[in-house]
Amino acid sequence: MVTTAQITEEVSYLEAISQALDEEMARDERVFLMGEDIGTYGGAFKITEGFLQKYGEWRVLDTPLAESGFVGAAIGAAMMGLRPVVEMQFADFISCAFDQITEVAAKNHYRWGAAVPMVIRAPFGGGVHGGPFHSECPEGWFFHSPGLKLVAPSTPYDAKGLLKAAIRDPNPVIYFEHKFLYRRIKSALPKEDFIVPLGKADVKRVGNDISVITYGAMVHLALDAAQALTKEGIDLEVVDLRTLIPLDKETIYSSVRKTSKVILLHEDNKTGGIGAEIAALLAEDCFDCLDGPIVRIAPPDTPVPFSPPLEEFFLPKASDIVSAARKLAAY
Amino acid sequence: MDVAAIAKEIKREDMLQMYHYLRLTRALEDRVTALYRQGRIVGGVYTSHGMEAIAVGYASALERDDVIAPYHRDMGAFLIRGFTTGEILAQYLGKRTGPTKGKDGNVHMGDLRRGVFGFVSHLADNLPVAAGAALAFKMRGESRVVFTGTGDGGSSRGDFHEAMNFAAVRKLPVVFFCNNNQYAYSTPLRLQMAIPNVVDRAKAYGIPGEIVDGNDVAAVYLAAKRAIAIAREGKGPTFLEFKTMRMHGHSEHDPAKYVPRELLEDWKKKDPILKAERLLGELGYGEESYFQRVAERVKSEVEAGVEFAEQSPLPEGPEMLEGVFADGADSY
Repeated sequence: MVTTAQITEEVSYLEAISQALDEEMARDERVFLMGEDIGTYGGAFKITEGFLQKYGEWRVLDTPLAESGFVGAAIGAAMMGLRPVVEMQFADFISCAFDQITEVAAKNHYRWGAAVPMVIRAPFGGGVHGGPFHSECPEGWFFHSPGLKLVAPSTPYDAKGLLKAAIRDPNPVIYFEHKFLYRRIKSALPKEDFIVPLGKADVKRVGNDISVITYGAMVHLALDAAQALTKEGIDLEVVDLRTLIPLDKETIYSSVRKTSKVILLHEDNKTGGIGAEIAALLAEDCFDCLDGPIVRIAPPDTPVPFSPPLEEFFLPKASDIVSAARKLAAY
Repeated sequence: MDVAAIAKEIKREDMLQMYHYLRLTRALEDRVTALYRQGRIVGGVYTSHGMEAIAVGYASALERDDVIAPYHRDMGAFLIRGFTTGEILAQYLGKRTGPTKGKDGNVHMGDLRRGVFGFVSHLADNLPVAAGAALAFKMRGESRVVFTGTGDGGSSRGDFHEAMNFAAVRKLPVVFFCNNNQYAYSTPLRLQMAIPNVVDRAKAYGIPGEIVDGNDVAAVYLAAKRAIAIAREGKGPTFLEFKTMRMHGHSEHDPAKYVPRELLEDWKKKDPILKAERLLGELGYGEESYFQRVAERVKSEVEAGVEFAEQSPLPEGPEMLEGVFADGADSY
């Protein structure tokens, strides 16, 4: 993926996000940050540590605890020519701003032609023992709201490139960053400025037998499962959606046309999730090329539980993918 | 306020222009109501009948590069910002020539190039948005101001609180108002809040508040001027409560039988146009024949608008697919 000789030291997923914010703020004075505890404290996950000293209190704006209010304020600032990047302390709290996001930000351009160039960063996902209010994957709510773009990177490279692209996009973008990945994955990044364009999926592992279509932390689970299955001669292709809206149907379809078998994997609960929509698309557009049932692997329809054995039971596991792949391979 | 003080503080031409916009708003909305009753307008019709002085007063007090995030009974603000009667009627008729090209109806219109934010039905939603526009002005060191408001009903929403609190904390150049017309759809004030005046809340945000006669265009204008001056000087937001009465139903389909008739009779005597005419007379700026001339002038402006709107094309069905995403971003 890194195509240049000029690479940095290994950078974590979290550092990649921080770098993207820093570089965009340095590049464009219209870019500013808003959120709870992002200034003096540097953010709940320390992504904006040191930003206050570098950019001052108006570009690293600590807000009252009022998600709807500061998302609304970001919309107004965006319409006046600024480029706000709002931080939800946890993606779960985005529900407080649901109305501003879906009714104002998402509909403004369609209704009266006013673009809303803003980004909402939403640290999402489980595996960190956060319980029902600090582990959610709320992307499904917004997947169904026309006018928003949704991004969910799985690697430091994508995290940095997609955030830069989101900040430069003239539309409201929700950037789902996975908390589990923050400090767990690292990679070297190009030194020079780069973006990952919105709307382009990425084949993270080329394979011939079964397509696993996924995003976020689940990409790594799929790669683990693919590794485990090599000894059995089952060759998984792992498609990382990277952007949920606009959805890269072309990459999904071309993978499924090649493998003829598909597993849809996500961490959001099953009913009405991203997988349900992709299953419907495949049934509509790729029915003829399917050699087996479309399989969905996703958590049950419950809140995310707290206690480790409960959460472990809730989350998809590499072994779930392995057993699903074995069954599919038999078709 | 006595007449001599008004004469000193409001220029003659501004008073006359506000009277023009009061009459234009009334004539336009009466025409819209008539078209609705004839079945020529689909969808809701929410008028500012009897409350015209609020938008006319505050929009007249603003400078051109200030921004308005209007309430749904603020037709005068659109007219003052240059929305023509033709555009507005085209909006009501769902025509392609309306400000939303048929994507949205009635008062749900806006135009960034004219500094007017599109109204959102979820009342008070535009208050945080307005605060954010003011934040942009403050961050860039501009001396521009945002004017926004909602109704007594909208004042119950969280966004009302979140916007006022945020703007107060950051001393943003925004003026908030409440059009207190005593009813939110059918819900009277006593079921909306347990305080006698909405403005009592200003104290809780640490910002100045003022009760204003919402049917007196001069009072609205001067109160708005004071609040705008505070905002422009960097001293933060003000909250203005415009006391008025909703003289029609929530929407024109609603006969508002839940409103006591005597209350309406009482408020009819305080009609903002009658009040303005009395004031113009006292100021020596105009009398009956002048009022008649204005009435004729606005009538022809409205009729020209009806003609424009009726002759305008409807959008083609597939045009509904356009504009979900932006290719670029403008600002004001």
